[in-house]
Amino acid sequence: MAGEEVILLSVYASMFSMRVRIALAEKGVKYELKEEDLTNKSLLLLEMNSVHKKVPVLLHNGKPILESLIIVQYIDEVWHDKNPLEPSDPYERAQARFWADFIDKKVPCKISLQWAAKGEELEAAKKEFIEALKVLEGELGDKPYFGGEEFGYVDVALIPFYSWFHAYETCGNFKIGAQCPKFAAWAKRCMQRESVSKSLADPEKVYDFRALTGLQIFFIIYMFDFYCLNSLDFIRSQVRLLLNFVIRISSKQAVCY
Amino acid sequence: MGSGENKVVLHGMWASPYVKRVELALKIKGIPFEYVEENLRNKSPQLLKYNPVQKKVPVLVHNGKPVCESLVILEYLDEVWSTGPQLLPKEPYQRANFRFWAAYIQQLLESIFKLFNADKEAHEKPLQEVHEKLRNLEDGVKEFYFPEGSPNHISAENLGILDVMLVSVLGPFRAKEEAFSVKILDPGKNPLIFSWIQALIELPLVKEVVPPHDKMVGVLQFLKQSGFKF
Repeated sequence: MAGEEVILLSVYASMFSMRVRIALAEKGVKYELKEEDLTNKSLLLLEMNSVHKKVPVLLHNGKPILESLIIVQYIDEVWHDKNPLEPSDPYERAQARFWADFIDKKVPCKISLQWAAKGEELEAAKKEFIEALKVLEGELGDKPYFGGEEFGYVDVALIPFYSWFHAYETCGNFKIGAQCPKFAAWAKRCMQRESVSKSLADPEKVYDFRALTGLQIFFIIYMFDFYCLNSLDFIRSQVRLLLNFVIRISSKQAVCY
Repeated sequence: MGSGENKVVLHGMWASPYVKRVELALKIKGIPFEYVEENLRNKSPQLLKYNPVQKKVPVLVHNGKPVCESLVILEYLDEVWSTGPQLLPKEPYQRANFRFWAAYIQQLLESIFKLFNADKEAHEKPLQEVHEKLRNLEDGVKEFYFPEGSPNHISAENLGILDVMLVSVLGPFRAKEEAFSVKILDPGKNPLIFSWIQALIELPLVKEVVPPHDKMVGVLQFLKQSGFKF
């Protein structure tokens, strides 16, 4: 559409920003990408998302839309003539939204535990994470995508987490693909779509992003604030992460985080 | 439509704010429904069949097909019963805005739960969080929902998703305050939200949905004493 101004405030490694980039790419929307530094948030971000001060933020003709799934739905509604993401049938749409909500509740929250925890806690976090993926595998069944024959809303909601798997696998010392082969096959299929392959962060870069200096630890604190339901536990886990990091650095061990 | 074509059953629990949302939405939209009270310590086989993933209420069963998660159910109702009172606006930007604030009111509830879960001595921080969310909510909805500055437009005919969400969270606010001996909603600090919820709980439709005060106080105190995690 001529005369449309679309700007996305984003962070390269954020799964939530990736969702929006995929949706915009699916619709062929031309937009300006503004990469945010979460340790030094731009005035635009603070003004446009004064409540949460988080990315992603979509600016459409100057008006802000917030929260990744709300943004994806907005994109789907405005650019409705190309590659519909949400199903057209209300019941199917309700099912898709249920699964997107499940993903938001079950997939990211365990991340902070995995990074900071050791031993039993780490094992418990890994177990919960794999269990969530197995439930999702059950829902996927034999379909090529969660949306059925077509790539859709749930696929958009979930695939960005795939870019973080390499990092989790390395630090958690486990192979996600081996335990969830259907999931791995689905992810590879999604990666063949240009909108996905161009929007997902490079897993190696995500892993490096996690190999941090002390200052950037606080960057992560902002990052994962998104969906952590219990922020006090989260802050505790981040303090443990920092201490662990400092100990490893000082004992010259390989930095895992 | 004949009564056989649109059978709606709501599985719920009388004190659950999530269930209250759906109940109120069904009443606003004038959708006849059957209500099944679930005992959450002894869930019915039907509930487990209809919501095998989360095993929670509310579950809306429409012509035998289940829809789960309160906000998902609200949008489903709006889309299927698309004539008559609408919970969400049609215009995409406004929809996104309403969805954002509906989700924010849910986050307010989560902060209130954190307050409930905290020990009496550790009330201060969670209470501050609740007050901060109330402040943000007040500032956020003021412009687009209360352009005259007060809830004069609130009536049974034009209730929407934000009203539904607010009733589910703050409808029983006095009961919550009494059960936990805290001041959640201060008319001095949040005049708009205070007058908004007051206007809502006066409506007969809303009165049917909000649990009776003493019963609510009783159940909240009972749950807290038995170590329930809200």
